[in-house]
Amino acid sequence: MQGLMQTDWGLFGDDHLRLMLCILLLPLMAFAVQIFFGAKLPRRGDWLPTVAMGGAFVLALSLFMTAVQHPDPTLFLHSARPPADEDGLAWNWLWSKGTPGKGNFVFAILFDNLTAVMLLVVTLVSFLVHVFSMGYMKGDPRYPRFFAYLGLFSFSMLGLVLTSNFLFLLIFWELVGLSSYLLIGFWFEKPSAANACKKAFLTTRVGDTGMLIGMMMIWWNFRTFDFVEIFEKAGQAVIANGGVPPGWMTIAAILVFMGPIGKSAQFPLHVWLPDAMEGPTPVSALIHAATMVAAGVYLVGRMFPFFMFAPDAMLVVALVGAFTALFAATIGITQFDIKKVLAYSTISQLGFMVAALGCGALGAGLMHLMTHAWFKACLFLGSGSVIHGMHHEQDMRKMGGLRRRMPITYLTMLASTLAIAGVPLFSGFYSKDAIVAATLHPAPGYESLALPHAGGLLWSLPRLLIPLAALMTAFYMFRLVIMTFHGTPRSGEAERAHESPSNMTVPLLVLGLLAVLGGSPWLFNGDFLGKHIWFNGLVHNPVFDAASGIVSFPEQVGHEGHGWAPLIISLVVAGSGILLAFLFYQWKVFRPEKVAAAIAPIYKAVYNKYWIDEFYLRFIVRPLVFHWNVFCAAFDKYVVDGVVNGVGRTARRLADGQGWFDKNIVDGLVNLAAFLTQVFGAIARIFQTGYLQHYITLLAGGATAVLVIFYWFL
Amino acid sequence: MSPVPLHWYLAVAFLLFVLGLLVVLSRRNLIYILMGVELILNASSLVFVAFGSYRGAKGLLDGTVIGTFIVVLAAAEATIALAIVLNIFGTFHSVRPEDPNLLKE
Repeated sequence: MQGLMQTDWGLFGDDHLRLMLCILLLPLMAFAVQIFFGAKLPRRGDWLPTVAMGGAFVLALSLFMTAVQHPDPTLFLHSARPPADEDGLAWNWLWSKGTPGKGNFVFAILFDNLTAVMLLVVTLVSFLVHVFSMGYMKGDPRYPRFFAYLGLFSFSMLGLVLTSNFLFLLIFWELVGLSSYLLIGFWFEKPSAANACKKAFLTTRVGDTGMLIGMMMIWWNFRTFDFVEIFEKAGQAVIANGGVPPGWMTIAAILVFMGPIGKSAQFPLHVWLPDAMEGPTPVSALIHAATMVAAGVYLVGRMFPFFMFAPDAMLVVALVGAFTALFAATIGITQFDIKKVLAYSTISQLGFMVAALGCGALGAGLMHLMTHAWFKACLFLGSGSVIHGMHHEQDMRKMGGLRRRMPITYLTMLASTLAIAGVPLFSGFYSKDAIVAATLHPAPGYESLALPHAGGLLWSLPRLLIPLAALMTAFYMFRLVIMTFHGTPRSGEAERAHESPSNMTVPLLVLGLLAVLGGSPWLFNGDFLGKHIWFNGLVHNPVFDAASGIVSFPEQVGHEGHGWAPLIISLVVAGSGILLAFLFYQWKVFRPEKVAAAIAPIYKAVYNKYWIDEFYLRFIVRPLVFHWNVFCAAFDKYVVDGVVNGVGRTARRLADGQGWFDKNIVDGLVNLAAFLTQVFGAIARIFQTGYLQHYITLLAGGATAVLVIFYWFL
Repeated sequence: MSPVPLHWYLAVAFLLFVLGLLVVLSRRNLIYILMGVELILNASSLVFVAFGSYRGAKGLLDGTVIGTFIVVLAAAEATIALAIVLNIFGTFHSVRPEDPNLLKE
């Protein structure tokens, strides 16, 4: 059966499931041990999360190899959902009576080729970042805690990738947000870092709110959070609606996409990512390559069959992605902080991926996610190495000539830069080529749904914006490399810079090698120009059959041999971008300052990141804070003070009552006792005259009375 | 000669006792009160002796002996009481029983 109803595991048995659980639990265990006992372990425990991640990587690699070698294209989704009568390895958290069958909130593992790719990327990058951190974070007072947080971060991301349930995905999604918050603010003594982590957390929350509403819409209509069931029910809903998707699905898809807008730093919620540079550099590498921003793209990929039913939402996705790609690239050109350039480069590259997904090319977007993970992790770790060698100087204007002093860093960063610029033989070329091809022929699924093409000319925007962004990418990345490594040193630190220790350069070399080879196996199949995107054989686009309502993932046929046009575009933009960078910065044929002066107003706007941060501060943050303060003051005055005063008044009333009781009842009793004593005293005093003869009289009278009573009455 | 019957003695003793008691209760002078006390003692002494002589027919002398003791006791009592009265007089310049009232205040 060639549909989503795949319940038998085929190639994958329970043992594979256990391996996947191990991948998930290894970093969690490392985190739990490290956070409590890290400081007491030898070497302050840094080896424990590192070894755990290494183990997870080995397991992920074996799973990936199984997925790659398996030729059956129908083996796309393997969900470890519990069968009707037994639980298996899934964990039944909650279930509602609304749906027949077992639980709706089941933590189960959904393993497909997409998961296999993501597992490999996350575990490998995370492992290399762990190794790199041993050198970079040496001597930090909170060294053990750093590794614990890295473990938590990896665990959250792996859980996000492995879960089969949207609700659990949301939980891991927020855990990723929490870990990034902890790590961006790792040096919380710096006010800038403390602000950056808050900004990252709150900005992504804006998107998450939309995503939550989208999830609720899906739940409201489908009563399930299981991805596979969502896709099935979406297909049935389309059939029930006469082959046309119901309108709410478009709205839900756009709302769900708000989550990735925040998490993957798409315009207009991209503002947190450049500030996140305040975290330690290995964290930046992790966030940018594997664990944070990749989550958004992965979510769109995971929900891709659902997005396919909403081509108009795909248009939004494509436009947001393409606009972000160009928009961030322009900012990247003007920045001088080496990490800021890389941050805007990441935003831009994420825009590429999102645009590819929006154009209906799942494979191209996910392939770029993978290749980008290699070269961006390498670039960030390389910049960390440079910053380390420069004694924490990040301004590229003070660098220069580092080529001779840091040869390994230079070589690896150059390889990654060639990859990100899109030079053939380097991984980035193949994925960017695929994206350009996808934007030329967007296939958002109007045809399979028998919908009229909406958007019209808007669909041609990505094919203009994406090549332009690719050109700028090549330009600013070579600007970075030339300013940092070429020419002559422009400061004392640059002259005294030194190569980093081996535990920092080895991860660089591994990632540098992957930046070359990680995208396309041209070495093995001789496909140097990327005519045949092998990745499309791994991650297939879903296809909807309007007759049966089944979503399937068949082997691609149309997308493999795309024409010469994308290839020529890619080569031209990459070549001209690199050429321009050399003209400006290496050979100094043109003066960048003069160009900047000629277009001063534009340059100023771009250099200041279009004042978006200022805009948010002025029109959103400050008014919010102001009104919130007003509200809080009123709340304080009327509610909190009201409660306090109410308690005061009640206490006073109680005290009044108690006072009355004290005064009248308690004092009354005391006074009564005194009064009675007085009365008896007064009576007793009558006889106590003090006169001897009175006493004797009484005595005699008494004795006489006794005698009389005895003799006459008894 | 027929012996004097016992109840005559007892009547005399009762008269003596009542006279003594009236003296004690009514006189406003400590000396007189002491004299009343002596009368009471004599009344009791007379009762003992009277009973003693009746029991003496059986050869027992205990009533007479106790009567003698009472005489001795009365002598001792008179000595001490008079000494007290002297002291009271020395302190208060009065022999009225209501005048020593320092404890009252």
